[in-house]
Amino acid sequence: MDFLQPTSWLDALAVKSERPEAMPIAGGTDVMVELNFDVRRPAALLDLTRVPELAEWAVYDGRVRLGAAVTYTQVIAELTDRLPGLAIASRTVGSPQIRNRGTVGGNLGAASPAGDSHPILLAVDAEVEAASVTGTRRIPVAEFFTGVKRHALRPDELIAAVWVPAATGPQQFCKIGTRNAMVIAVTAFAIALHPERRRVGTGFGSAAATPRPAPEAEEFLSQALAEEGLWESRAAPRDSVVRRFGELVADAASPIDDVRGTAGYRRHGLQVMARRAFTWAWNDYRKA
Amino acid sequence: MTPTPLSVTVDEGTRVAIKHQGIGSSPVRPDGTLKVRGEFAYASDLWMEDMLCGVTLRSPHPYARIRSIDIGEALATPGVYAVLTHEDVPGQNRYGLEHADQPVLAEDVVRYQGEPVAVVAADHPEIARRAAGKITVDYEVLHPLTDARAALEPSAPRLHDGGNLVRHLKIRKGDHDPQPEADAVVVGEYSVGMQDQAFLGPESGLAVPSGDGGVELHVATQWLHADQKQICTALGLPPEMVRLTLSGVGGAFGGREDLSMHIHACLLARHTGNPVKMVYNREESFFGHVHRHPATMRYEHGVKRDGTIVYVRAELWLDGGAYASTTNAVTGNAGTMGIGPYVVPNVHLDCYGVYTNNPPCGAMRGFGAVQAAFAYESQLDKIADELGLDPVEVRCRNAMEQGSEAPTGQTVDSPAPVAELLRRLQAMPLPPEPATPGPVDLRDLPGGVSNTTHGEGVVRGIGYAVGYKNVGFSEGFDDYSTARVRLEVVGGEPTATVHTAAAEVGQGLITVEQQICRTELGVERVVVHPKDTRVGSGGSTSASRQTYVTGGAVRAACRKVRDRVLGVVQQRLGRTHADLRLDGGKVVSDAYGVLADLADVLRGEAFEETVEWRHRPTQPVDPETGQGFAHVQYAYSAHRAVVDVDVDLGLIKVVELACVQDVGKAINPQAVTGQIEGGTAQGLGLAVMEEIVVENGKIMNPSFTDYLIPTILDMPPMRIEVLEYPDPHAPYGLRGVGEPPTISSGPAVLQAIRAATGRWLTRVPVRPEHIIETGFGTASHRGQEGRVEHG
Ligand SMILES: Cc1cc2nc3c(=O)[nH]c(=O)nc-3n(C[C@H](O)[C@H](O)[C@H](O)COP(=O)(O)OP(=O)(O)OC[C@H]3O[C@@H](n4cnc5c(N)ncnc54)[C@H](O)[C@@H]3O)c2cc1C
Repeated sequence: MDFLQPTSWLDALAVKSERPEAMPIAGGTDVMVELNFDVRRPAALLDLTRVPELAEWAVYDGRVRLGAAVTYTQVIAELTDRLPGLAIASRTVGSPQIRNRGTVGGNLGAASPAGDSHPILLAVDAEVEAASVTGTRRIPVAEFFTGVKRHALRPDELIAAVWVPAATGPQQFCKIGTRNAMVIAVTAFAIALHPERRRVGTGFGSAAATPRPAPEAEEFLSQALAEEGLWESRAAPRDSVVRRFGELVADAASPIDDVRGTAGYRRHGLQVMARRAFTWAWNDYRKA
Repeated sequence: MTPTPLSVTVDEGTRVAIKHQGIGSSPVRPDGTLKVRGEFAYASDLWMEDMLCGVTLRSPHPYARIRSIDIGEALATPGVYAVLTHEDVPGQNRYGLEHADQPVLAEDVVRYQGEPVAVVAADHPEIARRAAGKITVDYEVLHPLTDARAALEPSAPRLHDGGNLVRHLKIRKGDHDPQPEADAVVVGEYSVGMQDQAFLGPESGLAVPSGDGGVELHVATQWLHADQKQICTALGLPPEMVRLTLSGVGGAFGGREDLSMHIHACLLARHTGNPVKMVYNREESFFGHVHRHPATMRYEHGVKRDGTIVYVRAELWLDGGAYASTTNAVTGNAGTMGIGPYVVPNVHLDCYGVYTNNPPCGAMRGFGAVQAAFAYESQLDKIADELGLDPVEVRCRNAMEQGSEAPTGQTVDSPAPVAELLRRLQAMPLPPEPATPGPVDLRDLPGGVSNTTHGEGVVRGIGYAVGYKNVGFSEGFDDYSTARVRLEVVGGEPTATVHTAAAEVGQGLITVEQQICRTELGVERVVVHPKDTRVGSGGSTSASRQTYVTGGAVRAACRKVRDRVLGVVQQRLGRTHADLRLDGGKVVSDAYGVLADLADVLRGEAFEETVEWRHRPTQPVDPETGQGFAHVQYAYSAHRAVVDVDVDLGLIKVVELACVQDVGKAINPQAVTGQIEGGTAQGLGLAVMEEIVVENGKIMNPSFTDYLIPTILDMPPMRIEVLEYPDPHAPYGLRGVGEPPTISSGPAVLQAIRAATGRWLTRVPVRPEHIIETGFGTASHRGQEGRVEHG
């Protein structure tokens, strides 16, 4: 196995175009597990940890450009104010050691239905910046996941960054696991309020082949809040509205039974999380 | 050529710190600092020049006939030194702790997923692994037998020559038809999933061919001599030619009582003439050792209105999986201790240990007593509930005490403070109520930082449970340990050296051996010889027995040495003293004070004694009635669990676990507390998360991704009270410590979850979907769920 270690972003792209079969490795917290268990045998590894640009973030016009190799620890320490939902999600990932190594770009690269950064990225309409020697394109996160552990990158492309709008309203993320730390999601849910657009964004994980938003639920709740003038009055919506929202989120899922949980429980859990997360977010909005 | 590392050394700094640290104190453990720093050498760190790596090819099928095995391509791979199958086993191709029923390498049939079929040695682990992948095994896949009760049906396929029943233990005590005397009858059916020991240091060892045609094996194990015996049988070698040395053990909990890579590595080493190391990875480890027996249990209690138990009828089925391992003894324990530490005049109990095509099950901390406790403690709670009595009160009313008759008919002949344990628990203050609205620390809530509740749906419950277990090997087993103790002057200082084969698996036996030598011989400096088979058997590091049995052997050997030394003193003094002892490096008379310096007495001579020490003999139980002096000692513990449950999501946070345990005498109080904390965590794990999920005989979660063990956010702080009521029959009055807390913590947690949810849960581990009625939208919504706060 070749171990390729470019030290600049342009070199990394060049290597990827010459050796499209090379497997990128950032924190290695997914890659090394797969190698150790012999799940994959790539001909080459493309180490991205020496590419300094990838580990940086910057704000352009209200949007955070989050380098692919920014770690969860960095997100929590540096971006809790701008990206509160992603920071809550980051806190739930693995253990301190995993958060020190693991990256948001790696989470996207792995494209697991259980990736904890995905639901909130969906809820805020983030975009993946994919790059190759031939140029750069932005892929909306909702179009990025194409199947279980599959994504929309071309073989010669790398993830350069994720563009995440800075929060304009409260955000929440909840994840159900059968242990109180260090656990893969049985199912997870994220919500973002976008008061300036009078919209609610959602995303959920581990309840379908890919992470997904719940567009009908978003539409229903955004309308219900708007119709009753609640964005302005900041009054509490009726219980029935919150309940219906939860049902619609669960309806958007197509979960399976597996060793981590049953499909029925996942639907149920999504409903409860959707109601709670919205309630917390709305309470924050009312106080703001 | 000596493999590294082999011995435990105590450096000068540690030695000074352990001054005067005899029994009843808590000296610093020699392995403590190393382990905390990550410097401790485990068996997986064994290394030798020119060593080969061995790997195992395992059956992917739970049940299949082997038509043929083709090793040609594997053997032809460059770098491969040997590919061995059952045909290469020179001795008997069978091993096992109780019955030798397990092939070293499969012959014509495989009976569980993961059964070893062939082994490969190569000069690189990767080459060995790839070569193993090139072995072609032609299997005729058979339909696996996976239900323990169905396995006893006459129509079931017979997995072994003797049929599928490993053991049927019967307890018949009292009246045949006691039912009329009961005011109420309480019935329940319970089940326990398959728990794994989940030790962190996987199976590992290094086999080194010796000049005499024999083999030296350095291995992480629980019982060197039982390993040696089984290896000799398989290799066809006498014991002198198979020498074992204990390597660094990263946890055991019963999972290393059976052999894993031992014979395989020895076969490869002898075949190649090279040292061969075998180390399992995490996934293979799940297939490479036995697990805790899953159980289904049906209980019927007849009770008086005041809660007095009139009779118990019970049936227990333990799934032993494909091979016997210790199923026989586990069945004995689950049966003889199947009604709990209660006095019941009439007992009719049947406990079955059964063969299936599931993963083999054997020893795990609590050994049969754990499974039964979930059932009998659930029954006690159900009785309390149905009669409207306090659960602690019902337990105390029926509690065993010294002088009581156990279901085996034996008299409990040492303190049995069952009621006191419970009453002390009840008297302990409760933790503060859950935080009222306001800022919350997510880590205190069910779900933790996963942020699933800020208090919504959270309901608190409290549960009590008590459990007990035999200490040491039972039912007539010749349970002994051997200790060699030498006393001599080294570098001007009197020094004791203690040599036993009793395995240190992390529980702290090395420290206990040192403490006993210090107390008995009045020396500070005690060297612990590496654990090996150059001394007689220490017996198994299991059944909470080593401090008792090996401790007893060390004490006896020390006393023999001491008596000889004192004999010399009296000879030199020319008179007898009845009151001599060794203390602080001096020979001391109570009447006359210091008589001599020990170093002067010893001069150039070494005083050495080897003692084989046994506890009082036990007896086999009667096969029809289960009556007999089966157990030499019982140990008891009780827990109170305070648990918060998010009843809408079924997530659990154990808020506090309190434990009271009688240990007779705390030889090392810190180690006692450590055992109680660790045992409690393992019981909690079984109650709420730890399960090997087996479907059609296949393990669905052989990894720490999905086999979950408690983290620091799952295991709460503990309140612990240790009682010391001496057992007059045991050395220093001590009682085994390691297992009881694993028995009572789980049932207490289960009952607390029931109290919080109002659901009569009957299976562990409890999963969220058991708490929530599955199905969409059917769960009840309590608390402030879904409501927006006003103001
Ligand atoms: C003990 C443990 C606990 C875990 N817990 C969680 C958890 O709670 N939640 C969770 O979501 N995940 C968890 N994970 C999985 C993992 O940590 C995360 O998915 C993490 O985000 C991966 O990031 P990484 O930088 O380590 O990725 P790597 O392992 O380096 O890479 C992951 C994938 O992304 C690809 N990749 C990486 N960078 C790029 C790039 N710039 N362009 C294109 N492809 C790229 C790689 O080729 C690979 O396919 C856990 C893992 C472990 C070992």
